[in-house]
Amino acid sequence: MEPVLLANIHRSDSHTLSGYESTGGYNAYRKVLAEMSPDDLKDLVKESGLRGRGGAGFPTGLKWTFLPKNHPGPIYFCLNADESEPGTFNNRILMEEDPHQVLEGLALSCYATGAETAYFYIRYEYPLCYKRLTQALEEMYAKGLLGKNILGSGFNLDIYLHRGAAAYICGEETGLIESLEGKRAWPRIKPPFPAIEGAFRKPTVVNNVETAACVPHIVNRGVAWFRSMGVQPDPNNPRDPGSFGPKLYCLSGHIEKPGCYEAPLGITVNELIQEYGGGMLDGRRPKAAIPGGISMGLLTADEFDCPLDFSGPGRYGCLGLGTAAVVVMDETVSMVDYLHNSARFFAHESCGQCTPCREGTSWSLKMLDRIQAGRGRLIDLDLLLEIGDTIGIIPGTTICGLADGAAWPLKNAIRKFRGEFEDFIKQTNPDGYAETSPVPALHEIHGH
Amino acid sequence: MSIVIVNGQEIEVGDDEQLNGIEIAERAGLEVPHYCWHPGMSVVASCRMCLVETGRKNPETGEIQMMPKLSPACQTPATDGSVFVTNSEKVKQARAMVEEDLLIRHPIDCPICDKAGECRLQDYHFEHGQGERRADLKPFTSRRRPLGETVTLFVDRCVMCTRCVRFCREISGTSELMVANRGAHEEIDVFPGFPLNNKMSGNVVDLCPVGALGDKDFLYSQRVWFMQTHDHVCDGCSTGCSIHVDENQDHVYRIRPRENPEVNEWWMCDDGRYGWKHVHSPERLTEPMRQIAAEPGKLQPARLEWSQAPDAIDGALRKAGRLAAVLSPHLTVEEAYLLAKYVRSIDPQAVLAVGPVVQVGEPEKYPNGFTIQAEKCPNRRGVETIVNRLGGELLGWDDFVARLEKETFGGVWVSGGYPSAWIDEATAAKFANVKTLIVQDMFRSPLWEKAHFQLPGAASVEREGSYVNHHQRLQSFGWAIRPPAGVMVEGRLYWRLLQRPGMYNGAQLMGEIAREIVDFAAAAPGVPPNGVDLRVNQLA
Repeated sequence: MEPVLLANIHRSDSHTLSGYESTGGYNAYRKVLAEMSPDDLKDLVKESGLRGRGGAGFPTGLKWTFLPKNHPGPIYFCLNADESEPGTFNNRILMEEDPHQVLEGLALSCYATGAETAYFYIRYEYPLCYKRLTQALEEMYAKGLLGKNILGSGFNLDIYLHRGAAAYICGEETGLIESLEGKRAWPRIKPPFPAIEGAFRKPTVVNNVETAACVPHIVNRGVAWFRSMGVQPDPNNPRDPGSFGPKLYCLSGHIEKPGCYEAPLGITVNELIQEYGGGMLDGRRPKAAIPGGISMGLLTADEFDCPLDFSGPGRYGCLGLGTAAVVVMDETVSMVDYLHNSARFFAHESCGQCTPCREGTSWSLKMLDRIQAGRGRLIDLDLLLEIGDTIGIIPGTTICGLADGAAWPLKNAIRKFRGEFEDFIKQTNPDGYAETSPVPALHEIHGH
Repeated sequence: MSIVIVNGQEIEVGDDEQLNGIEIAERAGLEVPHYCWHPGMSVVASCRMCLVETGRKNPETGEIQMMPKLSPACQTPATDGSVFVTNSEKVKQARAMVEEDLLIRHPIDCPICDKAGECRLQDYHFEHGQGERRADLKPFTSRRRPLGETVTLFVDRCVMCTRCVRFCREISGTSELMVANRGAHEEIDVFPGFPLNNKMSGNVVDLCPVGALGDKDFLYSQRVWFMQTHDHVCDGCSTGCSIHVDENQDHVYRIRPRENPEVNEWWMCDDGRYGWKHVHSPERLTEPMRQIAAEPGKLQPARLEWSQAPDAIDGALRKAGRLAAVLSPHLTVEEAYLLAKYVRSIDPQAVLAVGPVVQVGEPEKYPNGFTIQAEKCPNRRGVETIVNRLGGELLGWDDFVARLEKETFGGVWVSGGYPSAWIDEATAAKFANVKTLIVQDMFRSPLWEKAHFQLPGAASVEREGSYVNHHQRLQSFGWAIRPPAGVMVEGRLYWRLLQRPGMYNGAQLMGEIAREIVDFAAAAPGVPPNGVDLRVNQLA
């Protein structure tokens, strides 16, 4: 497909205002401010079927309508640029290479929602993004695209860049708000939802960078164009709003050409690897792939015809599309190592607020530590599955979705590759793998 | 009126009531286990022990639609048509999971843990937990560190409910405590150089649902199941916090706040919590004495048997002439009433005065309204009312001392009961001309030395009666411990002097006082545990 979001990233001046404007940048902004009301823009985005690109895939226009009508006080807009999901770097590309595209989308989103203050929450580990965005904001203020009475429209907008203090949970919308307010990034219990009481106790919208970047294109090219790409709603599922528009896929792992590619929603893993990734690295056989960030679970090589739209991976036992960061693993990868690495990440990043997540992620890591150390037992696999189920399957056991994210790799890896786990345990612990009790304490094994 | 359905049972909720799932279940006679929720603080819903199934009943069709997710009961309001299920398999499974998770790295050291016997982790484990321990992790490292002068933290026992952190932010407003680190490495800690030293610090120990926060003062001094708990009222200041006195064999081991929404909610200050040590002081006076004339013109102290004391005192006072009684603000209402009645029974014109009211600094007010009063006595208002109604004029301590210089009193009865020094030599010297001076006190003082009758008095926890606090709330209590041998509680002595039949009975006496003195009328039907507001009649 013709790239849209990444159309200009190869230009040397793509990150400057002049470079952006030379390719039609800010035309949508000017047009909207001159011709459209906020409600018109809201309706346009709603009709387009744009769904949030941050992971949950919630319809963006619908989210905007949750804001209270005729709210007398300020409404805040937070742009979530805390991109911490392993394997994901689509927002980074946009912010580094085409920051004005993101900022135009943000400004349009603020106009639609009535927000006159926007917080661009960016993770600390992205220094170049920060630099480019700082420059871009200065250019916008200098050109009168931000500030008071923008382009004579009466619309006011200030955008503040806020650097996060490095935690996965800062990317969860209420964790982000807490962090923005200067507190520890512990997700908030909902309700109240941010649209009613968010940042600084005011109605707040939190959207992802890539979501915002889509908005100018919807204005420029129209709803029909946007809905012409992607997957139509499932007629058998009234709750499926379909998956429309261009999408950035981060392709990494054992492929010839890793990178960030733009493709329509619904492309399969196989197509992505073959058409964009240049095939498997050194022609080796694929073993598994993560469909959209490590929290989404795992697809086996047999499941590579899984369509990468918002509901596709769910049909293959994964949590969802997530951030569309596809990590491909070839036959050389040990699933024990993969799962250990995944558990290590979630145990490290759990904010620790809810008991099941705090203890469950840590417990699963300790068990995988022991399995890796050659003291695994077959019953450990069932226990790991149970942990995965209790922290992830009983819905509502935690405040945010991190525990779910930690549970899906556990459940997918063990259910889909159980034989490999059993072989590993049998080989590394031939005498004890069948033990049922008692179990040795971990510190007796390797000095934990 | 709203109707909420809890496990199929319809429960009524008043229009002005705001209850959550835990509270509505409690009203239905069910317990929803919880760690992090506390009615006095913000809801964080993080322990996840109170997960229940929730839903709504359609008022028109009567159909009940349940939510697919479990919800924390602490965060779910009980509104009209709300449905709660607290005993389904799904709920039980979730509770068992949380219990198992919490015990992964919590030491099972109940035999040495101070919280044993009142630990929620222990209780909930037996009621809701898994049958076996499946986690094979090193359970604990016994790390302990002091958080301040009063509280010590057993790091491994913490279940991260953050009640203590929220208390310091929301109630004391001092914010000393925080959560350090992340995930399973989280720990409660203080900021470097800023220990937990606020004047309400002891409350975090009561709040802690497990044995993580220990009270240094109580630590390892007593197992809770050996102690008896008595409801009482703090005598540290005129706030008059409702308290529990925990004692074993007439020895107080700790004092804890007793929930009373009208006075102290769930809290008390450290002054009151740790201010009971004088009760067991070796300096306590325990021998009644009288001055006898060993040789003409010279008096000498001699031991007085309690069996003979009432007659001896009564005889001396009846011969003394004009009488006066100083009613200490540490006396209960009932004791003040009896003493006043007694001196008036001998001399109907006897002068009644209120003893010194100790003031220290200014009142200390906390963000939630809790106040440590500057007035360090529990019953000034109660005693003042007695003096006012029975004495004719409200005579304060300074006025009375001034009157001593102008007027001659044949007999003066001074009641003390102060936990610390309350009278100096110069003031005591003004009592030199009193023919019969009776002093009743806990500790020696310049006045004690001059007394003709020296009567050891009781501490607050040894008394039975009522105090009226700063806000005119009268609270009654029974004695928690018996006084040391040799001490007769004031009320009992006055009762005997008045030759009343039977034993001293505070509740019965309060009924009598309420009928006689209109200010106490609100206490006539009996005094409930939270006390009565004496202003009720005035407002009416």
